[in-house]
Amino acid sequence: MAVVRITAWLEERIDLWPIRHFIQKKVIPVHRHSVWYYFGGMTLFLFAIQVATGILLTLYYRPSGEEAYESVQFIMTDVQFGWLVRSIHSWSANLMVLMMMIHAFSVYLMQAYRKPRELTWVTGMLLFGIVLFFGFSGYLLPWNVLSYFATKVGTEIAGQFPLVGHLLMRLLRGGDEVTGATVSRFYGIHIAILPALTTAILALHLFLVQKQGMSVPPSVERAHRGQPLRAMPFVPNFLLRDLFGWFVTLGLLAALAALFPWELGQKADPFAPAPAGIRPEWYFVFMFQSLKYIPAKIGPFDGEVLGVLGFSLGGLFLLLVPFLDKKSALGEPSPLFRRIGIGIIAYIVIFTVLGYVAPAVP
Amino acid sequence: MVVHEQGEQVDHGRRMVNWLLGSSLGVLFVSIFYPIVKYLIPPKLAEPTTVSVTLPWKLAELKANSGRIFRFKSLPGILVKTSGGDLRAFSAVCTHLQCTVQYREDRQDIWCACHNGVYDLNGKNISGPPPRPLEALKLNVRGDQIIVMKG
Ligand code: FES
Repeated sequence: MAVVRITAWLEERIDLWPIRHFIQKKVIPVHRHSVWYYFGGMTLFLFAIQVATGILLTLYYRPSGEEAYESVQFIMTDVQFGWLVRSIHSWSANLMVLMMMIHAFSVYLMQAYRKPRELTWVTGMLLFGIVLFFGFSGYLLPWNVLSYFATKVGTEIAGQFPLVGHLLMRLLRGGDEVTGATVSRFYGIHIAILPALTTAILALHLFLVQKQGMSVPPSVERAHRGQPLRAMPFVPNFLLRDLFGWFVTLGLLAALAALFPWELGQKADPFAPAPAGIRPEWYFVFMFQSLKYIPAKIGPFDGEVLGVLGFSLGGLFLLLVPFLDKKSALGEPSPLFRRIGIGIIAYIVIFTVLGYVAPAVP
Repeated sequence: MVVHEQGEQVDHGRRMVNWLLGSSLGVLFVSIFYPIVKYLIPPKLAEPTTVSVTLPWKLAELKANSGRIFRFKSLPGILVKTSGGDLRAFSAVCTHLQCTVQYREDRQDIWCACHNGVYDLNGKNISGPPPRPLEALKLNVRGDQIIVMKG
């Protein structure tokens, strides 16, 4: 057989033992929370789709104030299947953020961040931030009205940080205002800087996951009192299930992209008012909605400065949770951190829903 | 005693080498990253010096109870004609997070759609998150021409 001959040929030249060992040894624990193990792989799959469709889009896209909108229009109307490629890129981005959130919060609630997996968690949170930045930077590239104002507000929020804010804002915008220079800059960030960072951190993340194996929730561990758990081999049992999920997702993506092609909207016009009902991408809506409720002044401080600081502290808490949660590091139950996690999820869900149902006009 | 002194000399020499190596590496990194960091900071563009703009509309064209956005240097401004016939001009940049505001005929106020900020017709922030009033611009009407100035 060809495969055997090729492996033999390779084996003569390089040592395939680590790969073989990995394939034979990797197992997935089977218990009532096993279903959550699928979401990391799903995020990875969608990321692969983003890379592929993103590369295709670079072939026609032009990152400048004069040409960005027109080039996306060209992709959508003139390039064969251009609408499909762009639509899949947009839909897949959104699904990827969703899968990543489910992955991150399931890991949190199962306390898989606890010793010895602190670094896996930290790399994961860094990837979380990068993916959100991917979404934010990609949103501007079509240079339409919504993306223009989203970027204006988003970069202005970065500008609210004490001391470094103004510099940060100019760095992001590539000047004092959101202009064509911002498009070029976001393009560079979106297709070069973030992918490079992602590659490095993702490699570390996956390496750590393979090195340490799958974490089992402490509650399951305790229930088994040291008895070995049931497990299924990763290859082929779990991988086939993964593949099945990916296949279904691919179908779903194609259907979404074909039935609801991603809209292009109106070209950005810095001299038009912000349109009524303006709203960021759904994964930023909870922050956006919170900003609406924070009053202009809280004591001597501007409300939005405090809001921005609050969200940064929340992010910092999530980043450092393995080092704060001393109890689960020892394998003991840690209800406080569980409740905080549920609280954060509830906050995000409630404010997201509010963002869609609360009336837009006062 | 002699051996001990030699040892001290060796120690001293090694520390010297370490220090030299360390600091030259430091200098190398700084000399690489300094220009990169500076490169990333966008240059300041010279602001045009004219601070007055003649609006593209004639006074007679403007209806009472209406608002229009105009280009004031590189930023949007808003011109409002109140239902009483008064003219007012402000920077149209919301003081909250910089969205562009609009005049609402139905409620006769100035509204920012981004986070529901509302200003009255003196530019004062009256509800929602904006922390400061809109920046007022000076108006000068010469015949049928409207001229807007900063001041
Ligand atoms: S930017 Fe105007 S209310 Fe927030």
